Amino acid sequence: MKRYSIFSLVRNAVSHHKDWPKAWRSPDPKAEYDVVIVGGGGHGLATAYYLAKNHGITNVAVIEKGWLGGGNTGRNTTIIRSNYLWDESAHLYEHSLKLYEGLSQELNYNIMLSQRGVLNLAHNQHDLRELSRRISANRLNGIDSEFLTPADIKNMVPLMDVSPEARYPVMGASLQKRGGVARHDAVAWGYARAADDRGVDIIQQCEVTGILREGGAVTGVETTRGTIKAKKVALAVAGHTSMLAQMADVRLPITSHPLQAMVSEPVKPALDCVVMSNAVHGYISQSDRGEMVMGAGIDTMTGYTQRGALPVVEELQRAIVCLFPSFSRLRLMRQWGGIVDTCPDASPIVSKTPVGGLYVNGGWGTGGFKATPGSGWVYAHTIARDEAHELNAPFALERFTTGALIDEHGAAAVAH
Amino acid sequence: MTRQANRLGTDLVAGARIDRSKSIWFTFNGRRYEGHEGDTLASALVANDVQLVARSFKYHRPRGFFGAGAEDPCVMVQVGVGAETLPNLRATQVELYDGLVADSVNAWPSVNHDVGIVNDLMSRLLPAGFYYKTFMWPASWWTTYEHVIRNAAGMGVAPKQPDPDTYDHMHIHCDVLIVGGGPSGLAAALAAGRTGARVIIVDEQSEMGGSILASRLLVDDKPGAEWLASALAELGAMEEVRVMPRTTAFGHYDHNHMGLLERRTDHLGPGHDIARQRMWKVRAGQVIHAGGAIERSLVFAGNDRPGVMLASAAATYVNRWAARPGQKTVIFTNNDSAYGVAADLADAGISVQAIVDLRVEPGAAALEEASARNIEVLTASCVVETRGKRAVEGVTVMKLNDAGDGVVVGERRFDCGLVAVSGGWSPAVHLHCHAGGKVDYDEIQGCFVPGKTLEAARSVGAANGQLDLADCLTAGWQAGTNAAADTGFRKPGKVPKGPTATAVEVSPPRHVWIIPAKPGEENKVKRFVDLQNDVTDADVRLAAREGYRSVEHLKRYTTLGMGTDQGKTSNIPGLGILAAELEKSLPDVGTTTFRPPYTAITMGAIAGRYTGQMLEPVRRSPMHHWHENHGAAFEDVGQWKRPWYYPQDGEDMHAAVARECLAARNAIGILDATTLGKIDIQGPDASEFLNRIYTNAWSKLAVGRCRYGLMLSEDGMVMDDGVTSCISDNRYLMTTTSGNAASVMGWLEEWLQTEWPDLKVWCNSISEYWATLTISGPFARDLLAELCSDIDVSNDGLPFMSWREGTVAGAPARVFRISFTGEVSFEINVPASHGLGLWQALMTAGEKYGITPYGTEAMHVLRAEKGYIIVGQETDGTMTPYDLDMDWIVSKKKPDFIGKRSLGRADFLRDDRKQLVGLFTEDPLEVLPEGAQIVDDPNAPIPMPMIGHVTSSYLSANLGRSIALAVVKGGINRKGETVHLPLENGRTVRAEITGMVFYDPQGERLNG
Repeated sequence: MKRYSIFSLVRNAVSHHKDWPKAWRSPDPKAEYDVVIVGGGGHGLATAYYLAKNHGITNVAVIEKGWLGGGNTGRNTTIIRSNYLWDESAHLYEHSLKLYEGLSQELNYNIMLSQRGVLNLAHNQHDLRELSRRISANRLNGIDSEFLTPADIKNMVPLMDVSPEARYPVMGASLQKRGGVARHDAVAWGYARAADDRGVDIIQQCEVTGILREGGAVTGVETTRGTIKAKKVALAVAGHTSMLAQMADVRLPITSHPLQAMVSEPVKPALDCVVMSNAVHGYISQSDRGEMVMGAGIDTMTGYTQRGALPVVEELQRAIVCLFPSFSRLRLMRQWGGIVDTCPDASPIVSKTPVGGLYVNGGWGTGGFKATPGSGWVYAHTIARDEAHELNAPFALERFTTGALIDEHGAAAVAH
Repeated sequence: MTRQANRLGTDLVAGARIDRSKSIWFTFNGRRYEGHEGDTLASALVANDVQLVARSFKYHRPRGFFGAGAEDPCVMVQVGVGAETLPNLRATQVELYDGLVADSVNAWPSVNHDVGIVNDLMSRLLPAGFYYKTFMWPASWWTTYEHVIRNAAGMGVAPKQPDPDTYDHMHIHCDVLIVGGGPSGLAAALAAGRTGARVIIVDEQSEMGGSILASRLLVDDKPGAEWLASALAELGAMEEVRVMPRTTAFGHYDHNHMGLLERRTDHLGPGHDIARQRMWKVRAGQVIHAGGAIERSLVFAGNDRPGVMLASAAATYVNRWAARPGQKTVIFTNNDSAYGVAADLADAGISVQAIVDLRVEPGAAALEEASARNIEVLTASCVVETRGKRAVEGVTVMKLNDAGDGVVVGERRFDCGLVAVSGGWSPAVHLHCHAGGKVDYDEIQGCFVPGKTLEAARSVGAANGQLDLADCLTAGWQAGTNAAADTGFRKPGKVPKGPTATAVEVSPPRHVWIIPAKPGEENKVKRFVDLQNDVTDADVRLAAREGYRSVEHLKRYTTLGMGTDQGKTSNIPGLGILAAELEKSLPDVGTTTFRPPYTAITMGAIAGRYTGQMLEPVRRSPMHHWHENHGAAFEDVGQWKRPWYYPQDGEDMHAAVARECLAARNAIGILDATTLGKIDIQGPDASEFLNRIYTNAWSKLAVGRCRYGLMLSEDGMVMDDGVTSCISDNRYLMTTTSGNAASVMGWLEEWLQTEWPDLKVWCNSISEYWATLTISGPFARDLLAELCSDIDVSNDGLPFMSWREGTVAGAPARVFRISFTGEVSFEINVPASHGLGLWQALMTAGEKYGITPYGTEAMHVLRAEKGYIIVGQETDGTMTPYDLDMDWIVSKKKPDFIGKRSLGRADFLRDDRKQLVGLFTEDPLEVLPEGAQIVDDPNAPIPMPMIGHVTSSYLSANLGRSIALAVVKGGINRKGETVHLPLENGRTVRAEITGMVFYDPQGERLNG
């Protein structure tokens, strides 16, 4: 891999940027791989990278029906944080955040991790109680988390309405300073380039149409570009996890919903951190380009269209204008939708399945982007060793039969 | 500068749509200018010879007017000041008003002298995606780099004060919604309107007419303006037709749900007391997309200099606003439409130096127009460079080779201040695509045209790839007729003919996506695809070379089309270049997704009135004003405002709550419990329904009796609780927690409608119809007896967990003998209108007993003293009934209830689950913070294993010490053990695990 740096930029400027190598190859699929990863989003690509790097497994293909990072990786609001309540979640997301913190250098690709801080607002006594519970748990789990008073918040976010007269006044917030945002495309591209460099074949425009099995174990996949044999098949197909698993007759407790996000026109810096609120439901941050990036809850109707309904946009804008009355005059530039797979306990599945050699990584709901590196790390471990890493052991499929749920519904300070 | 130096006289442009008799004065970048009524900010600036208006995003290169409407990628301005300022408005869309103040954005110190131009000098170092390749070393510097990047980015400045304007939402149904008030849209509206169908026709511009406003073509053998006036007069007279100018159809959502944004005062300036904008939500039977087409540019060297303009925009400035965009002009085109522009310009006295046409054979009619005006036509030629400092001063033209990838020796140089460019036309397929519509590629026109749609919608006219006026009128008329017919409206009798125009024969365009530069200069020149974001053909090709081969990768890697114009003019040229680089066909490359909104829309308008105090309705009980008048502090519980505590004479919360708690146990406490959810459940299967919803058994609950119930979700976790009473045979009154009232109602309905449609049960939410007043304490019965003569309220007459109907203080009432305090307690339900009267009667009659109103905080303390749970506080979606030590409420006999199957799962039987217990701190006055985590070993390293947390914690005045409820792993079997709570302030508190019932453990007080 030719390293990227200011020096390589200068060097290539001399040759009018005509000699930059491809960031990744576009190979034809081989007849057989040790591992086929279905899904070329952040999770799939990170998994491929860590399979190669941590486990020395390089005879790997990542198969993507569209384009790299074209699913939820490229459609989310890019928020990264690890201040989860439950130990299981906190440890996984914290591992992920730590990987994020060195990822630009690790991948030699600037993912623009921007640790601007994440504020979770409290608007009533119940919120405050939950906030202090979470801060207390975060602290004992070694995750930075602090309480801010409305005055502190005003100081940090001058344009926010924290007046006690507000319909649902801001009564406090938790702040995770290490939280923030990153450039989502760069995460996918960075992992793709680094995985490709280690020998992983990234095959775009190739749709998996069937999962081949023999004697209760996978033997490969059928694709629109022919049959590809594989000793192991790993799903990382957010939005279609249950459909792909169905191809191997594995039923998953997952429902799929559109999730919308939207951006305003770019303006000069006006909001320096990520703000999330549950009672006044929305989250917002300002991108490095100057756009306000906004999101809220899922569309309640299930569906596979990557677009959403207008009422959800209205609800979100009400919340944003409530919190930031001056943003009322900004203009919405673009809205879009992704499809999120949600589990009954609002926690992901990173797990072996009843089918030998078939692994599933999905059900991240609205929170998958922040987990990308950590998810790839533990999923690679699970695939390579055919047993869960200690961080994803609690996220096994069996929990839905044993009842050992990790319920982030009641616990999450915000939709996550 | 003379006033409006570039305003063309009536001798040159007769039909301009400005009122020359009305002057409007405005300020741009600190200078005052004059315009006319009917002008946009752009047309007025053109008329005043202001060419440099903006700077590009990345390189800060000079930018001038490139379009004349929504398509212009560059001319963003900040309009207005203070709280009313608006960033990023497109000058081409800002209607002029007296006193308008506008400034260029993202240029410092000024648009004329912008230091950001240094980026342009370094542009060799800043190709597409450069930031992914650098700023990584040293890692800690990224925050500094980013700070600089952030300050350089953004365009206009967000206002800092709250928006003083209001916005309305409107809801409307119609049969036919027509998007676009140009010739095809108007023809469609006339056809549909005449059938009597309800028609809405919208156009984003200040007046209807579309291309007619800037065209000299005849319609029905009349000048366009004349036909337009008669058409609008006819539509205006139709009762069922609504004509909406200044209204943008911004989104087409599923099932013909259309979003419109109507601008009501923006053209008048600030200070109007009607809603500034309205968002219309339309359900249309049929939608006709007639939004026209957007002209494209050509990608040639120096094509970003101010003075390079879309040909159609040049014609629009001249014909519509009598504004001369340049004196000497060169036309550069790949199609016939620019010849008409040449004619328009020439007839307005502008010297057209030449028409440079990529094609070998332009259309015959086009050539005729040129020759009639002695305009030289250079065929198979291209502009290879533009010259000039901040604006175009001239161009160089060379012959194009047959392949279109190089030039033939021999230059022609022209002096000109305007280069009018036409690269062909792209239909505005945006709305068609929003709701899942597909596009097809039109090889000849080199554009995407609407394909299959999932909606009851059709596209016509230029929006459908029909560029000829005659075709547009015919197609529009047909579409209007058919759309109306599809909604059931047909005009009886002979089908009349629609408006007509003379068809013009045209020759096909020639598509050359990258215009060659002068030989040897390929590496020196910049050819822009996206003028806002400074994306050049080299950037597009670089992206393809580096493997960013999908259109989405291209867009995201280069930022092509990501600006505020969303690539309206740059999309197709960018795709063309990518396709060529990948050696694919353009349709194989595909297009990026078109997303709402079509043009940016005000966020406040989307929010409408439902923000600020009106974000959600405030719910208040009928006694609310009494509480207010008696000094209550309130807390938000869901949408309700509930009295939290009633401080008296300078009491703090702690003192008030202590007083209220003591009164409830020693005298009488009175609580406004109106907010409790109340659901009236009726039907022959009502008791069976309750059996399935609750964990305990309901079949034997007699009329007049009440029972406490616990509801689980499917995962076996406690979801809600409350008392349900049997009102009569087959009729129950369910109460829910205040916060869950609506969700429980939804839950019941979901099960009834989707899973158990066979059950004959009907549910009604009646929460607001009743006021609920709870009196509690040793004298509660005496007080009730005084005010209620028709119910025997003695322990035998009205035993615990029963209810009677009667009259209390003259109000018809249901009196429930239930308790959330552990004292003798009555929940009196009266019709809401009697609530305040009864409250006052109880307060008056109870005075001698020391009746004391208590709020939610005292309620919480009192119930915690008794170990009663609050769902949502002791539970969080992870607590089973067993975890709450409430095994007694789970029926072992019932065949099924929601959650039953889950209760048998292995994890539910673990004895180290977190279980609800009480906690006593070592120091009896130490009140634990709620939410504090509990550990066994406070000296364990981080991450420190946690075994539970404090769910409720209070100082109990009745007990004279602190009490807490907590969940602790295996807690039920650990009573008497000591646990540790490491607090935020670094202190660790020790506490003993106890039972949950701190007060009156035998429950003797319940019966008084």
